[in-house]
Parts: sequence; structure tokens; C-alpha cells
Amino acid sequence: MVTSTNLVYLIALPLFSAALLLLLGRIADKWGHIFATLISASVFALGVIEFFAMQGREGEARAATQKIFEWISVGSFQVNASLLLDQLSICFVLLISGVGTLIHIYSIAYMSHDHDRRRFFAYLNLFIAAMLLLVLGDSYLNLYVGWEGVGLASYLLIGFWNQKPAYATAAKKAFVANRVGDVGLSLAIMIAFTQFGTVTFAGVKESASGASAGALTAIGAMLLLAAAGKSAQFPLQSWLGDAMAGPTPVSALIHAATMVTAGVYLITRSNFIFDASPTAQLMVVCVGAITLLFGALIGTAKDDIKKALAASTMSQIGYMILATGLGPVGYAFAIMHLLTHGFFKAGMFLGAGSVMHGMNDEVNMRRYGAIGKVMPITAATFGLGYLAILGVPPFAGFYSKDKIIETAFNAGGIEGILLGGATLLGAAITAFYMTRVIVLTFTGTKRWDDNAHPHESPFLMWAPMAVLAVGSVASGFLLSSGSALVNWLQPVVNEHHEHHAEEFLPPMVVSAMALAVVAIGVAFAVLKYRTVPVEAPTKVSVFTKAARKDLYQDSFNEAVFMRPGQKLTSGLVTTDYKIIDGLVRAVGWVVQTSAASLRTIQNGYVRSYALIMVLGVLALVTAIWMVTL
Amino acid sequence: MDISNYIYLSALLFTIGAIGVVVRRNAIVVFMCVELMLNAANLAFVTFSRVHGNLSGQVASFFTMVVAACEVVVGLAIIVTIYRSRRSASVDDASLLKR
Repeated sequence: MVTSTNLVYLIALPLFSAALLLLLGRIADKWGHIFATLISASVFALGVIEFFAMQGREGEARAATQKIFEWISVGSFQVNASLLLDQLSICFVLLISGVGTLIHIYSIAYMSHDHDRRRFFAYLNLFIAAMLLLVLGDSYLNLYVGWEGVGLASYLLIGFWNQKPAYATAAKKAFVANRVGDVGLSLAIMIAFTQFGTVTFAGVKESASGASAGALTAIGAMLLLAAAGKSAQFPLQSWLGDAMAGPTPVSALIHAATMVTAGVYLITRSNFIFDASPTAQLMVVCVGAITLLFGALIGTAKDDIKKALAASTMSQIGYMILATGLGPVGYAFAIMHLLTHGFFKAGMFLGAGSVMHGMNDEVNMRRYGAIGKVMPITAATFGLGYLAILGVPPFAGFYSKDKIIETAFNAGGIEGILLGGATLLGAAITAFYMTRVIVLTFTGTKRWDDNAHPHESPFLMWAPMAVLAVGSVASGFLLSSGSALVNWLQPVVNEHHEHHAEEFLPPMVVSAMALAVVAIGVAFAVLKYRTVPVEAPTKVSVFTKAARKDLYQDSFNEAVFMRPGQKLTSGLVTTDYKIIDGLVRAVGWVVQTSAASLRTIQNGYVRSYALIMVLGVLALVTAIWMVTL
Repeated sequence: MDISNYIYLSALLFTIGAIGVVVRRNAIVVFMCVELMLNAANLAFVTFSRVHGNLSGQVASFFTMVVAACEVVVGLAIIVTIYRSRRSASVDDASLLKR
């Protein structure tokens, strides 16, 4: 563990840039986007420097820390605002700043017609700062600040075009769903504090070995709730589809590559808690397995290209969460899939944005068709991402997703077969819906309006897509050659290279099975979508209807949480009006009416006042007389 | 010496005064009735002074007379002023405070 003085700049630079652009206002309109992009690029450069510096150090000394200031100091309880850059954080720093910079570049062109482009870039930099704080904090409390920061940035960016009420509502929905998860995180921090008296990762890790199983399970469950909120996992998944209201670069950066994977980071970072609590691990794998199928099923019926990709994101993060629940062997594969997914999904989202850019912001895939001919670069980069997500060798997904499927099968017993089956089924459905996206968008016959003139996007847009496509091709091979990432992360996730003795299926068999189900999915989609009606058919099976309605997630939330909540609040309002206010009004009424009758005494006639005085004196005298008698 | 008669007289005068204050409308008459009540009190003071054989009661009655004299000065001035402005000496006409 070495002490560094440079880590703070990773966060301070984008934060400063965001503040500057927001405070300067319209003055910065001319150069704001360039400035923000340069800042993001310099953060990436700093990250690369730190990465090589870290490689130059060995063993324990690889992790670097920096204390920025003393944050909370109450008696024996001390929390410093400190940063920790270790083998896990650096992966995220490079992903966030790298993909972030590419998306900044892309946005310069994508947002060029928006007169609020400067504000957009300020929010993007705010997001980069918050996300880096999230992955660099050395305690749960520091992480929490970043966690809330990315929630804020996500809210601001989903609702970037908040002049449309539906988009503003989508932003609110994302924020509220995230708050539910945030409550989980704050509860986890509180439990950790009461149980261990510390909230730093190192401190909790030290105390976790001697802690009670109940406390660890409680912390694990609360952390899982937090992860579910941020990563759009079951049962808090419903916000991600609507979050596509934001500009497409935002969907690519925040809602595909980085922020939604924060839950995977949280669980991986808290590996010492989950490793010690099998119950919490079981919950994690269940959530992962449910979500990966849930997202995949929704993806099969969506006609909105961005929503189909969002469902796919949900499903792929389900894979990662599932992998983190499989114990020490799974963490590295979860992170590997996170990194490769960051490349190919961001690339595909940018591709979708490029198509929308050329199609007057049309998102309905049924109105695309044959776009590959007019947008060859977009089609090629999207196609490479497509091969990567399918897991076709030697593309990135093959190395990361197959490893997760293999690890799931090797979990042992019934659990292993169930989880392995779920991941395999997910892979087949993934192949189906991604093929559907490709077929509907890039091949077939043209179905677009006459007033749409699709054209290839400018250089600033296709260059980032090309870089991400290279990542989709090469990242899997690079990360897994010689188990590079597994060895790299070993000090953080405690994976001891005890090879699984009871290997259920050899890797070759798993890969063959995965490729077989993927081939089935692709073939099925190609056959089904040979002809595509421009209007979505209404006579469809009950399953398609359910998937179109996001498997009734919103109806469920509305029926179970929203309406009773509304009833409760309206009941409380009525109670407040009728009982609380009623009491106040009753007091007022009594005073008013009694005053009205007393007022008649004050008639202004001196003689009546005199009479009252006489009577009063008489009463007084009588009283005294009675008492003394 | 039987003091009951003096007390009866004092009480009778006081009652007449009080009734006069309550029932009469003419401010001058009301005023005179107030004087009557004061003098009824004076009579009681002097009587008790005689009974107890000291001068406290008589001193009190002098105080009362002084206060009564001041009251007459101020009271009559008010009544005259009201009469000038309102052309009436009735106490019921001077009931502006309730409005």
C-alpha cells in the first residue's frame, strides 16, 4: 500500500469542469464541449499513468491510497475522505474515463444541434466525477457519496429534454427506484457501523471474519438491494427501460457501460461479506438468474431499438450479478464480463444513436430496414458488437460470458444445473433478440418514410464506434489470455487458485453448448423475421403481449406499491383535514361563538355598565359575607 | 348610642344613589346620585369613627370629600363639553364606544 498524491485529480478535474461550465452559463457555449472532452481525456490519461505505475509495483504495494481530508471525527469514530486505487478500482477508472471520453467525442457531433450542449457536457463531467468517486472511495461512506452523485447525474441526464413531460417522468421514476436501493445501501452502512464500529472496506473486511452470520446476511441483503436499485436488477428493474428517454450517448455511458454496473462493483468490493454468508450469496444468484431471463424476455418483444438494448443491458448485468454470487471464482469473470460488456454494449448504443441520428430520431425498428446499405460503418461496428454479445469466438463475449456459464454449471449439484440452465437459456434468448434487432434494423427491405434520408454519421460519431468495436473484438482475448484479469484481481477478491475438483462440465463442452443454443436462437430469429410488417401485429401470443408490457412490471408496481401508497397518503390527508384541522377549527368556532354572545354585553350604555358593577359588588359582598359567616 | 339607625340611613342613601345612577338618563342627575353614594359612605365612616372612638373614619371622610370635589370639577367639565358638542346631556346618547 503506497501513498499517492495524484488520485484526487481524477475526481477534482471533471468536478471542476462541471462546476465551471454550469456557473459560466451561455458564455461557455462556444468551447464548453471541447473543454469537457479534454478534461475527460486528461482523466483517462491520468488513469493510464496510474495503471502503469501500479504495474511497476509488486504485490501488496500495488494499491495506492490518498487521504484528502478528515471528514467525520466523533470520539472514536473516524471517517476520512480517502481514496483507494487498487487492482479492482483501476479497471473501473480506465473503463469509465476511456469509454467516457469516447462518448464525449461522440456527443460533440450527436448533440451539435442542441442549444443546451454545454449543459449536457457539464452533466457528463459531473457523472464522470461522481462515478470515479464511487469506485475510488476507500469506505462505504465515501462510496455512498459517489453512489448518490451518479444517481443525481443520471436523473439530470435522463431528464435532459425535460420539456417533454414523459421524459421528466422517466427521470423521476429512475430517481425514485434508485432511492429504494439507496435506502438499502444506507442501512447496510448503518448495520456495518453498529456491528463493526467502522465503515472502511479494510476495517469491515477485518471484522467480517469474526462477525455473526445474521449480521453478515443482513448487510449482504441490504447491499444486494442497493445493487438491484442501481443496476436495474429484479425487483427494482423497471426504471431502466424508461431511462432511455435520455440522449443516446447517456444511455451508452450511464445506462449500459458504467453506472448500471455499479451494483456489480459494490458486490465485488464487498466480497468478504458475501463469501462469509452463503444465504446472501444465494439471494445474489437468484436475483441474477431471474433478471437475466427477465431482461432477455422483455428484449424479444420491444420495437424501440433503445428499449431492446436496455432490456439486453438488464439481462447482461444479470449475468454479472449471478457470477458475483458464485463466490471467489465468479468475481473476476463478473468484472471481465462487465468490461467487455462496457465495450460492446456502449458500441451498440452509439450505433443505435447513429441510426436514430440519420433517421430523424425514429426509434421504432419496424420503420428501419436495410439501413446497412446506407450506413455501412454503423452496421459494421454494430455487427461486431452483436457478435461479441452473442459470444461467438473469438469476440469479447465468448471469453467472458462462456466463463460465467461454465462457472454456473460448476457451482455443483442441483443449483449448478439450474443456474447453468438459466444462463444457457439466457444466451439463446439473447441470440434471438439481438438477431431480431440486426434483422429489423440493418437487413431486409426498406420500410422508412420518404422524408427520412438516412446517411452515414460524421467522423466524430463513427470514430468512437470504431474504437469500441475494436474493444468488442479484442478485449475478451486480451483480458483472458493467460488469465490476465483473474490474476490481476486476485489480491482483491481472494481467489486462491484451487482448481475446482468436481468440475461438472469441461470448458469445451460448455462452449459447444453455448454456441449451439446461440445458433438455434439466431436461426429462429432469422426465420421469424423474413418479412416484417411496419405496424406491430396485434394478434400475438399472451407471452409477446406480456413482454411488450415489460412483463407487467409497471402494472405490478402500480398495483402493489403506487395505489396503496396513494390511498395511504390521501387517507392521511383526509385525517389531517378532518381530525387535526377539525380540532383547530373547533377551538376557533367555540371562541368565536362564545365571543359573539359575550359581545352583546358591551352595548356602550354607561348605565348598563354601572348596573353590572353594582351587581358585581353585591355578589362580592355576598360572597365575603357567606365566607365569614 | 344606637348606631343602627345611622347605618340604615347610610345604606338607604347609598341604595337611592345606586338606583339613581342605573335608572336615570340625565348626566347631571346621575352625577348627583354618585355624590349621594359618596356622602352615604361618608356618613358610615363618621359613624364608625364615633363607635371606635378614634379619628381614622373622619380622616377618611375628608379624603372622600376632596376626591369628590375633584370629581365634580372634572365630571362637570366633561358633561358641559359633551352637551356643547352633542346638544344633549343624556348618558345613553354618549354610547359611541361600542361602534
